[in-house]
Amino acid sequence: MRIIVCIKAVPDTNASLKVGPDNKTINPQGVKFVMSPYDAVACSKAVELKGDGELVAVSTGKKGGEADAGKRIKDALALGADRGVYIPDDADHRDSLGVAKALAAAIKAQDGFDLVLFGRQAVDTQALAVGPMVAQLLDIPFVMDVMDLQIADGKATVKRSAEGRTETLEVPLPAAFSAQRGLAEERYAKLKDILKAKKKKVEDFAFEFPESTVEVVEMTPPPERKAGTVLTNGADDVPELLRLLQEEAKSLSF
Amino acid sequence: MKCLVFAEIKNGKIKKGSLECLSEGRRLGAEVTAVVAGGANAKDLAGTLGKYGASKVLVASAEWLENWNGEAVTRITKAAADAVSADVIFISATLDGKDLAPRLAAALDSGLAADVTEVTNEDGRLVITRPVYAGKTYLKLKLTGSTQVVSVRPNTFAVEEADGDAAVEDMSLDFGEGDLRAKVTAVEAAASEKPDLTEAERIVSGGRGLKGPEHFKLLEDLADEIGATVGASRAVVDAGWRGHGDQVGQTGKTVSPNLYIAAGISGAIQHLAGMSTSKCIVAINKDAEAPIFKIADYGIVGDLFEVVPRLTEEIKKLKA
Repeated sequence: MRIIVCIKAVPDTNASLKVGPDNKTINPQGVKFVMSPYDAVACSKAVELKGDGELVAVSTGKKGGEADAGKRIKDALALGADRGVYIPDDADHRDSLGVAKALAAAIKAQDGFDLVLFGRQAVDTQALAVGPMVAQLLDIPFVMDVMDLQIADGKATVKRSAEGRTETLEVPLPAAFSAQRGLAEERYAKLKDILKAKKKKVEDFAFEFPESTVEVVEMTPPPERKAGTVLTNGADDVPELLRLLQEEAKSLSF
Repeated sequence: MKCLVFAEIKNGKIKKGSLECLSEGRRLGAEVTAVVAGGANAKDLAGTLGKYGASKVLVASAEWLENWNGEAVTRITKAAADAVSADVIFISATLDGKDLAPRLAAALDSGLAADVTEVTNEDGRLVITRPVYAGKTYLKLKLTGSTQVVSVRPNTFAVEEADGDAAVEDMSLDFGEGDLRAKVTAVEAAASEKPDLTEAERIVSGGRGLKGPEHFKLLEDLADEIGATVGASRAVVDAGWRGHGDQVGQTGKTVSPNLYIAAGISGAIQHLAGMSTSKCIVAINKDAEAPIFKIADYGIVGDLFEVVPRLTEEIKKLKA
């Protein structure tokens, strides 16, 4: 069985981010980049499932610098992926469709695959777009927000965390899924895994990106919220809080 | 401008977020068509959409369309988009909407602007704003292709009702149930009847200050009084006190309610990132220095074990 896991380099969620001088991108200086957390869940699940098969980690993004995507592939190798495929991309902003086309091309170039796993969303762009787009481009079935995944006899049985319900689905392979938290226990690489990873192969896959479907106009800090009213008498202030919520904020009415 | 809106059916109703998209299409001055996919009630529901802004509704109705199927709705919505030559497609970014929007964009070889919080029209080209890095910064962008696919964060646009009748048309489909690859074999309804966090108009959220899972009952009681959904910080989800689906934050759900009450939540950046577009934020925390007070519109510094029950009690009195 060959499993593909797609991963992305993103700023660590603890990072305090500032808009850079070009007013279109964040200033990456001093920002720690990591593998997007949901991708790490997907990768952990893939390692669990692969058995005697092969797990290939694929990523696209910048080469070098803090946001280097190659480093994140090495993280995947340390978690247990067997080899990596890296699609270099210098763009500051790459549209989801462009990323999806690059990943789909690299996946097609592998000698067949059974399963493609993604994190449900990258914690920076949060579009939840690339996974389903890749599946659409590869013309394979896709289920998002998978919390349980079993493979048997060329089929996957998954549980999807949907609105107001949990769905169980049967999906013929090859198929693609996006991981919700809880799909797998997160693995952590030990030093020996990191050392072993150094010997694993990472190949470049050249891809000519089509013209972007997105034009970035500007990036701005979030709108400012004006300072709030903080009451300091604990439970005794509850009637006043309710008065403010009804009369001033108009957030409650009875 | 020709605008197509995917009108999502859930629990026998059209989602409010879809009605918001219809109203926005009308406000943008577009010719608005809605597309509806569902079971026996789809046609009746379609008939109600005129007053929200649709001049036409395309309906795909079949028993096998009663349960959500991403592949099916993608094919249906693409057929509708082709039929009306849609310039702009709005989809409410509900959980299922998020399943449809990217598939549809790829099927149309179109870009996608996802979970958008603001839209203006510049001669037929939408200028779109969406939060990124979970709201630590905002991005203003345009989609460059001939079809602009946009998913809209629920509770972003106003729903406007006006006189109007929509012409309802049946769609004939070029595929059937047998063509669908992923098949739902079981559906387990969620225990709670409350709206999903991402669409809730009111949320009462708890953090480590609750000191244990059993104390979430205090928040549930308050939530019941004001029709709110209960959310949680990452810390309590990691501790196993609440499920993953309850988590609000950068690695959980991004929410945008009218009212967000945070009890016993200190306000780590990642949590704020998940709720900072809430219209009104109320913080209850015994630590006056907690970062959450910096973005709260109203706060009470005090013991939540006293404040929350008092809040529930006072609200009960106001309702009586």
